[in-house]
Amino acid sequence: MADTSNKTPKPGAAKNKGVKKSAKKAAPRKPKASVEKQPSAGSDTKSAAAEAGNTATETSKPPQALRHWRIETDDDNIAWLHFDHAGGSTNVLSGQVLEALDEVLAELEQLAPRGMILVSDKRNGFVAGADIKEFTTLSNIDEATVLVRRGQSVFDRLAALPFPTVAVVHGFALGGGMELALACRHRVVEDDPATQLGLPEVKLGVHPGFGGTVRLPRLVGAPAAMDMMLSGRSVRARPAARTGLADHCVPRRHLKEAARELVLKAPPAPRAHGWPAWLNHRLARPIFARYLERQLAKKAPRGHYPAPWAILNLWKDHFDDPQRQMTREAESFARQVLGSTAQNLVRVFFLQDRLKGLGKIPRGEPRPRFEHVHVIGGGVMGGDIAAWCALKGMRVSVQDTQPQALARVLQRAHGLFRKQLHDPRAVQAAMDRLMPDATGDGLAGADVVIEAIFEDLAAKQELFRAIEPRVRSDALLASNTSSIPIEQLAQALKEPSRLVGLHFFNPVAKMQLVEIVAGTQSGERERLHAAAFGRGIGRLPLPVNSRPGFLVNRVLMPYLMEAAILAGEGVNLSSIDKAATDFGMPMGPIQLADTVGLDICLHVGEILAAELGGEVPAALRTKVDAGDLGLKSGKGFYAYRGRDPVRGSDKAAAPKDLADRLLLRLLNESVACLRESVVADPDLLDAGIVFGTGFAPFRGGPMNHIRQLGVATVRDKLERMAASHGERFAPDPGWSSLKL
Amino acid sequence: MKNGRPVFIVDGSRTPFLKARGAPGPLRASDLAVAAGRPLLARQPFAPDAFDEVILGCVMPGPDEANIGRVAALRLGCGKAVPAWTVQRNCASGMQAVDSAARNIAAGNGELVLAGGVEAMSHAPVLFSKDMVAWLGAWNGARDFLTRLRLLGRLRPAQLRPVIGLLRGLTDPVAGLSMGQTAENLAYRFHIDRAAMDAFAVRSHQRLASATDEGRLEEMETIYTSDGRFFDHDDGLRRDSGADKLATLKPVFDRGFGNVTAGNSAQITDGGAWLILASEEAVKRHDLPVLARITDSQWAGLDPAQMGLGPVHASTPLLQRAGLALADVDFWEINEAFAAQVLACLAAWQDPDYCRDELGLDAAFGALDPERLNVDGGAISLGHPVGCSGARIILHLAHVLKRNDARRGIATLCIGGGQGGAVLLERP
Repeated sequence: MADTSNKTPKPGAAKNKGVKKSAKKAAPRKPKASVEKQPSAGSDTKSAAAEAGNTATETSKPPQALRHWRIETDDDNIAWLHFDHAGGSTNVLSGQVLEALDEVLAELEQLAPRGMILVSDKRNGFVAGADIKEFTTLSNIDEATVLVRRGQSVFDRLAALPFPTVAVVHGFALGGGMELALACRHRVVEDDPATQLGLPEVKLGVHPGFGGTVRLPRLVGAPAAMDMMLSGRSVRARPAARTGLADHCVPRRHLKEAARELVLKAPPAPRAHGWPAWLNHRLARPIFARYLERQLAKKAPRGHYPAPWAILNLWKDHFDDPQRQMTREAESFARQVLGSTAQNLVRVFFLQDRLKGLGKIPRGEPRPRFEHVHVIGGGVMGGDIAAWCALKGMRVSVQDTQPQALARVLQRAHGLFRKQLHDPRAVQAAMDRLMPDATGDGLAGADVVIEAIFEDLAAKQELFRAIEPRVRSDALLASNTSSIPIEQLAQALKEPSRLVGLHFFNPVAKMQLVEIVAGTQSGERERLHAAAFGRGIGRLPLPVNSRPGFLVNRVLMPYLMEAAILAGEGVNLSSIDKAATDFGMPMGPIQLADTVGLDICLHVGEILAAELGGEVPAALRTKVDAGDLGLKSGKGFYAYRGRDPVRGSDKAAAPKDLADRLLLRLLNESVACLRESVVADPDLLDAGIVFGTGFAPFRGGPMNHIRQLGVATVRDKLERMAASHGERFAPDPGWSSLKL
Repeated sequence: MKNGRPVFIVDGSRTPFLKARGAPGPLRASDLAVAAGRPLLARQPFAPDAFDEVILGCVMPGPDEANIGRVAALRLGCGKAVPAWTVQRNCASGMQAVDSAARNIAAGNGELVLAGGVEAMSHAPVLFSKDMVAWLGAWNGARDFLTRLRLLGRLRPAQLRPVIGLLRGLTDPVAGLSMGQTAENLAYRFHIDRAAMDAFAVRSHQRLASATDEGRLEEMETIYTSDGRFFDHDDGLRRDSGADKLATLKPVFDRGFGNVTAGNSAQITDGGAWLILASEEAVKRHDLPVLARITDSQWAGLDPAQMGLGPVHASTPLLQRAGLALADVDFWEINEAFAAQVLACLAAWQDPDYCRDELGLDAAFGALDPERLNVDGGAISLGHPVGCSGARIILHLAHVLKRNDARRGIATLCIGGGQGGAVLLERP
């Protein structure tokens, strides 16, 4: 794909070619005007929405058709349709783009070429999907249905073209982008690790709406299609070719040739065969659907996540009538997209975007270099941080005085690399990047130094005092402390402004959030660089102030403590956990406390109690004193068989306000954090709690949950609970000034 | 160097030597090279891409390690632009790498070179016999079932017998003798008995034990494996090795009446070592510490059936050129391929007939003080990863000279196929 190297689109050139080749439409155009409109085209920063706003004022239709799309016809009379979204560096399918595509398709119908090959001119990939911003502007079901039907009809028009059509996919083809590729007769994908095809709509609480639920099962059969759509997972290039999703998987140098050959030889459209196809049969579908429902119930309860269930039903009930399935898909999509799950998940998606943005170095500022990371402390956290950085392409030295610890770090890292990287050479390269370092040889060359030794103020201060003269003056100095104020650690430094907190969560490879902890002494540059580093290793940076427990532990701890109090009252453990998972938490608080380690919970709880008041439940202390530390010691609140707790029945009688007791303490603490400006605003708080704890994402975060319940309602409830259960439920002063 | 600019050894490192124990060891040759080189490069004040070239000695790289020097350089992060090559001079491959690096720097063809040696002998290939390969070729070419059936009928159990690559590699292809048999030749010629060999072996183990315990192997870096193990010492060391115990071992090369046993021969071992060689300019530019200077080197050829005397043939002209006697050299490293072989070298220098007939001298060359030889043990206790040993003895000699604040040292070894190599190190 030579065209993809062309990073900035050249609208002028494109236009001329279009004019020259498609002779029919050469007449009534205002080339001058439209060329003048284009200069914004190359700008990476322009959002799709801003671009949409621009074109809305544009009245002359023909130039608009030439925006985003371009046809070039070659000597074999093959039409090459280039998609080059004029509003940014990524191809998205906004309403404007779809309209333009419709016109381009009309032109192709007229041209009647030998075949059409669809390529993306963007370097990063094929098409990212629909413009998610449009999801938030829909107001009612009819409007949403019309919008989706419109898209479907454009894609149907593409699918109905009477000549071979081929989508050439490099990078991502996701959501609507994947459906665009599915509407073509054939697909050729680049054999490259960056290639990914997927229908991740369920992650946003919706499902494919441009015919994906109709076309994918027919193309690859039920098992692969359902796996992709229900999980939202994308597939890489080679598996895509194996399942039949792609006709060819070839290196970049053969992409065009493979596509040309498909046009010239014009084989029949591929479709599922063998047993994956039989499972699409009328008689097999109910059986396979029951199996899938059982799987789904474990991962995505119907009440919380309706979209995957809708996908399953669309397929089960309407597969035999594609027309009807298409209509139902549109109706169902409209229902989903307006539902609270989708609205909240879309909100979370934008929160995620916002966090990503916080890790961007503003234009014009010097870009810090993060090539070599030095991690001190080869415990689980330090080791996993080191492994993660190495996975993300950095050279990493991990320092510990104990060779046993370093050996364990490498063992765990190797497991991670093998799981995440599929090529053994890539695993080897990652292992080569990760250097065990007993003597601290890596310190002097490091761009980032992360301290991750045990939580002890004196030990950490001594360490910082010792390393400060050995590190480069421009290296970023960070601590992974979870409980010690950054200001106190920084006292050990000659230049205290250098130190920030980079607080990772366990397990590092799963938890996306990194708290960027700023002490009052932390410099602006250091805060920004720490956030940029967090983003650089593919994590979501959340700036927090160095208050006790920072944000995530602070908010989580009252919830865990309340669970321990409940356990101390003799409430059935499984019932406590079930109340939380029913709310939508990924794991109940009792099991979570066991997984984190009860000693760690106690330690953090004590620090918070000392700083902020309150007390640590006796039940927790008793457990720790007895040596029951949770999963790691084989017994905590639960006893463990392997990694699984031995659960009793969750049917036992439990207090009626069980869920409220857990949740309200979390919400109350969230408000307190906001009052103390631990984070800058409610949205960041929601982002932190969703990505840092897994807080029911379909509820959009604690603040969003309060907003949806009503501030006054929640506050009244807290007051009632304070009366019946004690002062720990007393509403924080922050409630009175809370504006959401 | 004798011709050209001065060459300095500024730093170096090696892996612990891991004895081959039947199965392939935890690290392949390139893994060993990376494990030895990574901490070395990390502690340098210059970036890994500052090298002008990387040279690695290796006798038997794995099938995925063609030009293992380049593989190691890339994996060590030296970058695409730093050229790298591999040298093979059997047991002296590592020494050849260092010598080539030194000569290039002396000639002005580079300022900073990473040179070393590596061998994963436990990974030596096990091969199909020639008959079997031909049979497999026919099998792959067979188009129909009947032909295949006929081929199956022709397959004989003897064809399945594997060829042990390591044994072939340790057999002289011209003289037809195993390396151990060449040592038996020397023992016969210089009347070295079993007791002397075993006593030498015991001393090697004792010296390595004290060097390990007293921290004199400072060039060694702990290595880690991806399955959570680590190695921080040469594990071929037998602290319980006594003369009476060694006396119970049976000869392995000349079964029946020989004297060379597994106990008084070098061990089959995996290991890797690197040295950083620098010109005066590079030393100044990066403010590098100097371990020692490489002032001269010598290669020599001799009868393959007596290859163990290689050190005599290489060191003698080296000393003559410098106007030195054996006693003028403060410390010696003679690689211990076999106890008989090292003892034969010492005997040859004291044998007037040998010195006259083979070295063209008027009289015996002299005696070498065993107290200055292999002071921290040798290949009998450490092991002899063939491609690596040459680099190891140069590196260790440099450390011995520095520790003792000594002036001169020679590292030398015998080479399968009938050669010897020697390198002269000096400190200011």
